[in-house]
Amino acid sequence: MTETVVFEARDPEVNYLNADYGVRSWLFTKDHKRIGLLYLASITVFFGLGGLAALMIRLDLLTPAGDLVGDDTYNKLFTMHGVVMIFLFLIPSIPAVIGNFALPLMIGARDLAFPRLNLASWYIFNIGALFAAWALLAGGIDTGWTFYTPYSTMSSNSNVLSGAFGAFVTGFSSILTGVNFIATIHRMRAPGLTWGRLPLFVWAMYATSIIFILGTPVIAITLLLMMVERAFHIGLFDPALGGDPILFQHLFWFYSHPAVYIMILPSMGVISEIITCFSRNRIFGYSFIAASSIAIALIGFLVWGHHMFVSGQSANASLIFSLLSFFVAIPSAIKVFNWTATLYRGSVSLQAPMVYALGFIGLFTIGGLTGLFLSTLATDVHLHDTYFVVAHFHYIMVGGALMGYLGAIHFWWPKMTGRLYNETLARIAAIIVFLGFNLTFFPQFVLGFLGMPRRYHVYPDEFQVLNVFSTAGASILGIGYLLPVLYLIWSMRYGPKSEANHWGAVGLEWQTSSPPPTENFDHTPVVTSEPYDYSEPVEVKRVA
Amino acid sequence: MIGRFSLLPEQASTVAGQVDALYFFLVALSAFFSVMIAVVLFAFAIRYRRSRAREVVPTGGGFLALELTWTIIPFILVMIIFGWGARVFVTMRTPPDDAMQVYVVGKQWMWKAQHIEGRREINELHVPVGRPVKLLLTSEDVIHSFYVPAFRVKQDAVPGRYTSMWFEADKVGEYHLFCAEFCGTAHARMIGRIVVMEPAEFQNWLSGGSGSGDMLAGGEKLFEQLGCRSCHQAETGARGPTLAGLFNKQVQLADGRTVVADDAYLREAILNPQAAVVAGYQPIMPTFKGQVSEESLLQLLIYIKSLQAPKVAGADAAAGSGKAHAMLPVHGGQG
Repeated sequence: MTETVVFEARDPEVNYLNADYGVRSWLFTKDHKRIGLLYLASITVFFGLGGLAALMIRLDLLTPAGDLVGDDTYNKLFTMHGVVMIFLFLIPSIPAVIGNFALPLMIGARDLAFPRLNLASWYIFNIGALFAAWALLAGGIDTGWTFYTPYSTMSSNSNVLSGAFGAFVTGFSSILTGVNFIATIHRMRAPGLTWGRLPLFVWAMYATSIIFILGTPVIAITLLLMMVERAFHIGLFDPALGGDPILFQHLFWFYSHPAVYIMILPSMGVISEIITCFSRNRIFGYSFIAASSIAIALIGFLVWGHHMFVSGQSANASLIFSLLSFFVAIPSAIKVFNWTATLYRGSVSLQAPMVYALGFIGLFTIGGLTGLFLSTLATDVHLHDTYFVVAHFHYIMVGGALMGYLGAIHFWWPKMTGRLYNETLARIAAIIVFLGFNLTFFPQFVLGFLGMPRRYHVYPDEFQVLNVFSTAGASILGIGYLLPVLYLIWSMRYGPKSEANHWGAVGLEWQTSSPPPTENFDHTPVVTSEPYDYSEPVEVKRVA
Repeated sequence: MIGRFSLLPEQASTVAGQVDALYFFLVALSAFFSVMIAVVLFAFAIRYRRSRAREVVPTGGGFLALELTWTIIPFILVMIIFGWGARVFVTMRTPPDDAMQVYVVGKQWMWKAQHIEGRREINELHVPVGRPVKLLLTSEDVIHSFYVPAFRVKQDAVPGRYTSMWFEADKVGEYHLFCAEFCGTAHARMIGRIVVMEPAEFQNWLSGGSGSGDMLAGGEKLFEQLGCRSCHQAETGARGPTLAGLFNKQVQLADGRTVVADDAYLREAILNPQAAVVAGYQPIMPTFKGQVSEESLLQLLIYIKSLQAPKVAGADAAAGSGKAHAMLPVHGGQG
């Protein structure tokens, strides 16, 4: 049923999307671009599921008595929201979709180093994800995505085992992706593409892969230990069996704090690509941005104890973790300053990806600064486990990571599909997301400072006003997310065809046709200049 | 107080003002940097917009002096914040010596508080104004967290161990008590109130209520019932070390360690005696795990702490015979 057409001189109409047809050609593909799209399909479904749970939560919190669902259902909803959004959406989002699609193109490679492993990672992800989704939907899990012991091992009556097993399995797809990226970046760069000329998105993928490889095995082991205690009553974390519940928190956060950087570093890489392209300017402080990605990845492994200032951890440990947490703030600040300076004396155009990127900088700045409140010992004691924390990490993981992801989708969409979406609609959607997001989550900072704890199904009356604002914002945000789904799907069929280099960008991925051929480039590109060299006007090529 | 909408939380403890000062400093700092970045971004986006047809002269590349400036200034700022936060935190974690002690046990889904004088309460805690109060916390099941927003204090109650927190209320009134660590179905209903009273009024309250006896008497009764005294008597040749004057003293263990006999140590010694055998004694004590509830354990601790050191030294001599533990109460002299 498939016809593979090979031309000596390539037919310009044949690309990776139409070189092969049929379900088999997708399910058995080893093409990194197609695997990226497979991931896109998978995680979009899970984003919908996680978003639906969020919507239910916000609706329920409209009233202090939580009239929509019961206590247990509410607990299962926020667990579903957390598990799905973190393990099944945010962690794979940019690395597995954009990284898979764009990384080989950006370094002038034919594919990733291990194409079969890449396909395997998608299957492993889906097996784990379906397991987790089944556990969450059929009966549910009520532990929160954090699975804290001894609640998860000895007290909860929900599907903890199958849910944790699902998360455990998806971890292996992360590890495979990390291994693949690191090998590819080391071994498959085009001639002349030295480390100092790597696009910053590639640096970000490299830093993320380090965390994938070093961190994911720890969460896998931790979840496994938790499952062993729950299933066989072997005392590891439950004090009634001689275990230590705080040990679980140490192990859990050793991965789960760096996991935040798995979500945000790729977005930072995306922002560097978009800001330069739409400012027609070299990145300001290339080596500082590249080095700060690696610094964040490494220091990020040494700050996990800031989740445990009131857990009973010793005061001395808390002092050290607080100090180290402030060190992570510095490289993030460096990035924001350098991005801002990149606009200076550029030629700025506010097209949709750039609107997302500027939105990212705004939301990430607020998310990062409010992180200072939580690394500060005295204020964290009050704010820990309140809505302040909820607001803070949503500014980072939704305001930051998700804005970066949407920016990336809009930036590389013409390359991925060969089609253009409606620019006006896209800009409007970006602004709706930005406004809706702030209306949803800014009131939650105030709620947290007032003392409203997180994971509360019912709450005292005086917190209602701010909760109503938050729910109103969430409905606006929902529209902002729905809009791109609609016009992007529309563009796949009806959108005007894109040129090879729609944005006039200098990256290698823009030097091949849109969509690219299966083998990416007709001739291996040779790199002779630094990245983001916009000193010469870039011509918008029609055909590669 | 409770039930009134406001954008600022009530301040009702000595530490609340210190926390808020730091909080608002951080708010000001964050607002300054957010606005600065937003203004600069907008200014650049307008000033250098593409529609202004002109020769493109890219800059970029970076300037070392500028990079160092915006590395060093944030570094100095965050070190100031760290130091400030640490200083207030150390205050929060160091209870004054004269703090009044209250025992709190969390369980799904209620807070049980017990005053030394005997008064018990559920989902309420009465304290006097202007006097430091130290809470010793534990949990009977999963992790909970004792959170009083108006006091700006929070501490997890962890099963299997004691944690502590302290505060000094400086304003009479009623304040929210929340469980801040997710603990299952009715987590959001594991709430209560803190009632801060004038000292005289508090004394009145303390002596009222159901007369279940004070914790000390309860502890002494348990000490007899469980047969503790048969081994731990303050006499030479006893099978177990004497407990008189033990609290907060250094103890030499059989495995060479030296530990301080604090609440956590005493708890461990009762529930898991083999983990910390005192040097010179046989590991013959049976475990009392499952036989004493967290509340009984607290009463035992209070009783043990009350035992005064004997006037004559030499009570902790060599080990006894090492036979099986006898459950018969032996009326030894209280030191």
